[in-house]
Amino acid sequence: MRHRLLACTSALALAATGALLTPLSAQAPARIARPNPGPLKPGALPRTPDGKPDLQGNWSNATVTPLERPTGQAATLSKDTVARIEKGVQDRIERLAQPSDPNREAPPQGGDGSTGAAGNVGGYNNFWIDAGERVAVVNGEYRTSLIVDPPDGKVPALTAEGRERQQARVKRFQAFGEYDNPENRPLAERCISSFGSNAGPPMLPNYFYNNNYTIVQTPDHVLIMTEMVHDVRIIRIGKQHQHPPASVRPWWGDSIGWWEGDTLVIETTNFHPQQLFRGASDTLTVTERLSRADADTLLYKFTIDDPQTFTRPWSGEVPFEKLDEMIYEYACHEGNYALSNVLSGARSQEKAEATKKTPPPQR
Amino acid sequence: MHRGRVKLWLVGMISAAAGAVVAMTALPLAGQAPRPATATARAAIPRTANGKPDLNGIWQALTTANWDIEPHSAKAALAMRPGPVVPVPAKEVLAFGAVGAVPAGLGIVDGGEIPYLPAARKIRDENQANWVTRDPEVKCYLPGVPRATYLPFPFQIVQSQSAFFMAYEFAGAVRNVYLTDPGPAQTDSWMGQSVGRWEGDTFVVDVTGLNDATWFDRAGNHHTEAMTVTERYTMIDKDHIQYSATMDDPKTFSKPWTLSLPLYRHVNANARLGQFKCVPFVEELMYGHLRKTPLP
Repeated sequence: MRHRLLACTSALALAATGALLTPLSAQAPARIARPNPGPLKPGALPRTPDGKPDLQGNWSNATVTPLERPTGQAATLSKDTVARIEKGVQDRIERLAQPSDPNREAPPQGGDGSTGAAGNVGGYNNFWIDAGERVAVVNGEYRTSLIVDPPDGKVPALTAEGRERQQARVKRFQAFGEYDNPENRPLAERCISSFGSNAGPPMLPNYFYNNNYTIVQTPDHVLIMTEMVHDVRIIRIGKQHQHPPASVRPWWGDSIGWWEGDTLVIETTNFHPQQLFRGASDTLTVTERLSRADADTLLYKFTIDDPQTFTRPWSGEVPFEKLDEMIYEYACHEGNYALSNVLSGARSQEKAEATKKTPPPQR
Repeated sequence: MHRGRVKLWLVGMISAAAGAVVAMTALPLAGQAPRPATATARAAIPRTANGKPDLNGIWQALTTANWDIEPHSAKAALAMRPGPVVPVPAKEVLAFGAVGAVPAGLGIVDGGEIPYLPAARKIRDENQANWVTRDPEVKCYLPGVPRATYLPFPFQIVQSQSAFFMAYEFAGAVRNVYLTDPGPAQTDSWMGQSVGRWEGDTFVVDVTGLNDATWFDRAGNHHTEAMTVTERYTMIDKDHIQYSATMDDPKTFSKPWTLSLPLYRHVNANARLGQFKCVPFVEELMYGHLRKTPLP
């Protein structure tokens, strides 16, 4: 998207917490058609000429299931509850798709006080948002979290070292105002990478939009492109490959893959120092497993292993659903008026405040 | 400097320049056409399971074309200003010294010169004079086609039976070349919409939906959004692709024209596509003045 609008992290936070996993009890269960082709028969698995499962195509991991399970919720939901939740999502989308009142007032200067890019200053409305409409289904279960291990569905506690590192990071961050420098803004706003951990690894939904991927596969390489920001991982296939020296740290790390039966296993290390997932250390290893669940779904599993940061390894499962649409160029930096505007807005505000503080000149 | 030495140096420069002029007159008229490949070399090209040439690999152009796709002599810098005697490097690039100088090249344009319409040639000359502020490469913008091919960075082709994907090291640019035509491009974009097909052993890519913001090189050569590009990728032996691109843009050029050059495979066993995500590299250039405390 060339003319990129302002994307606020607060909108992401809102979308993530508003993942709508609270059952809408008052409504009658609705029948929502969803594909349930069941597991593929062994002969029906699409394969490449070299006999491997064919993982190629465009995929989306958008879902309303959050990464962490809301406290007090069971691990899975009943079919009826899921139907209610998904109808609630559809109703909300329909409501927000209604034409706006042409006689409405302009948003108040400085925003209406609500959180998020959509509500605050008339930025993103629902047209732009594609946050996921379905509860994640894995092995026929309707999941309340993407994390499956630990069994409580939560990111495990940090180690003492992990906590210390987090505190140091907060301290470094607090040394600046939010809008002092371009480097104080999030990677996505600077058009360096996607929102959240979209490109990953782990490749997670961002609960906002454009959760789309292209996979191209040869015997020697598997290429995964994340729509935002045309982020490409080229995974070398074969255990003979080695990760580069620790001084080489690409964005999205360095990935080596191999096949275990019909599952592609991908090991990633050498993460970029500015892209360490959830405050991980620079020795973080992410292991991903990609397999075909059925004709329209890939099953994506990931494990986070970083004993310097987390008290135990943790794992999640995310369905990637087939996307029967094209993926367009996400030229973010080329149209990034937002970053200039955010910074120059902050400078104007500072100037205005300085003028207020200075007593008017005596005449 | 001693006066006698200056004279000697001058003589040297003049003869070098004369040599360059002689070399120019001998330039091939067909871009960088390859030596004719032997039948053995052609037979040795790798092929995929369905018998098509296998273009998988990491490829790079070996040319100075990104400085200027037309024939050119070496010069002190891209950005120049008038000096007391001869033009000298502009202030913005002076510190680079020899690193910022332009290497010579015979060019990659078939026939040597781009057939500009007069008004478009004027824009090219203005672009050239304002290179440092106008060249999209300076700002790390997506390079467009065909420039992505001969930037001084490699790119990787990932080719399967159902897909053909090109990943470029510079700016992490990507092209997913569709093997089935999805119809007219829905919108203009930096890298365009690419549709590929096989003509015998040549992979032909039609590129449409390009915007008008990309250039051909650092010399200000440009086009409009009316441009279409037809690329041809032909393996001439197992480690070389002969590449050509034909540009058609009636708003800029008096007739379609073609550039051609060989692409070389990275043959080292540990060859990898590096990462040149330059967006953070240009933040000081683009946003430095908007810092709370701009650097002096």
